Amino acid sequence: MAIEGVDLVKAAALLGAGLSMGLGAIGPGIGEGMAAAKACEAIGRNPKEAGLLTRTMLVGQAVAESTGIYSLVIALLLLFVV
Amino acid sequence: MDLDPQTLTKAAAFTGGAIAMGLGAIGAASGEGYTAGHATEAIARANDRAGDIIKNMLVGQAISESASIFSLVIAILLLFLSTPEPGVLKAASLFGAGLCMGFGAIGSGVGAGLPAGKSCIGIARQPAVGGRLTTNMLIGTAVCQTPAIFAMVVALLLMFKEPGTTAASPTWAALIGAGLSTGLAAIGSGYGGGMAAGASCEGVARQPDTAASVTTTMLVGQAVSQTPSVFGLLISFILLFKAFPESAALSDSVGLLAAGLCMGLGGLGPGIGNGMVAEGAVRWVARNIENAGDLMRVMLVGQAVSQSTAIYAMVVSLVLIFVV
Repeated sequence: MAIEGVDLVKAAALLGAGLSMGLGAIGPGIGEGMAAAKACEAIGRNPKEAGLLTRTMLVGQAVAESTGIYSLVIALLLLFVV
Repeated sequence: MDLDPQTLTKAAAFTGGAIAMGLGAIGAASGEGYTAGHATEAIARANDRAGDIIKNMLVGQAISESASIFSLVIAILLLFLSTPEPGVLKAASLFGAGLCMGFGAIGSGVGAGLPAGKSCIGIARQPAVGGRLTTNMLIGTAVCQTPAIFAMVVALLLMFKEPGTTAASPTWAALIGAGLSTGLAAIGSGYGGGMAAGASCEGVARQPDTAASVTTTMLVGQAVSQTPSVFGLLISFILLFKAFPESAALSDSVGLLAAGLCMGLGGLGPGIGNGMVAEGAVRWVARNIENAGDLMRVMLVGQAVSQSTAIYAMVVSLVLIFVV
């Protein structure tokens, strides 16, 4: 089976998009889970500060999310731009 | 090298069977080891209750074992099933079935071991609630098994799919992708569900009067932990049942394979993350029951954020299947 160069490049880009988003989703998923687990612990210990703790959790998770968004951007670039 | 269809199909079935059982043995064995370790520790603390602890250990291990029994069944079917319609598509679906069941059994096996171990420790600590602990463990481990059951369903669908007159390319890639999607996504959900169940067994033993709230929080947390494997199942069904137009281009095939890999890998992290959140929330509901409402709310918010990357992965998978 002869594979044309253009076809091979497109195949690599699609595989890359899938791997980028798939692997890139693992870290944020686990990291954000750790943050929220600790937030539950903190609220359990000090329920009066629930508002502050929830806010802190969300800010921390937003930062952890960033690499997931980078992966999404790279996946979309591979799918539609390059 | 040209293989005749029968040889190719048999080779794929045997490789798939070996993968199903080889990978499928990892989770259950680790989970059961964890349980046995905790049971030993529990007996050292309270050797007069060794009988109850061993009984609980064996029940827990039996459930943990079920994930690898699913793998065994699929592996045996792959080895001995007759293949009336051999060909590239049959080979791909048998290989995909093996991948799906092998990966899919890992999380549920490990996950089911966690509540079993924690409930053994719990019986040593609070023998009076032994029955409640065993019930709680059974509910928790049963939910842990759902991702492995999803994997078995997809594996069976793949094995008994009739290729008919469908062209080999690009459907072969869709079939392997379907196996990878559910199989890999099940790892995270199975393990995550186990973390929540483990914390609830610990919590019931620590504060028996909070058992109702602890079990409710566990079930909600586990349900959310299962969603990545439901996404995986959804992508598998689309890949299995959508008709793909014939195309000799490599990129069309690779795109479908990538869709399965993307959803499978992408479901892994959020499944574990959601389980961690549920573990934290369940543990603290037991210790601080007055704030159960706040804890449940924070758990759900935290899980929703942790879930987001699984949703990105699903979007990219759907784009790979339907758009490009």
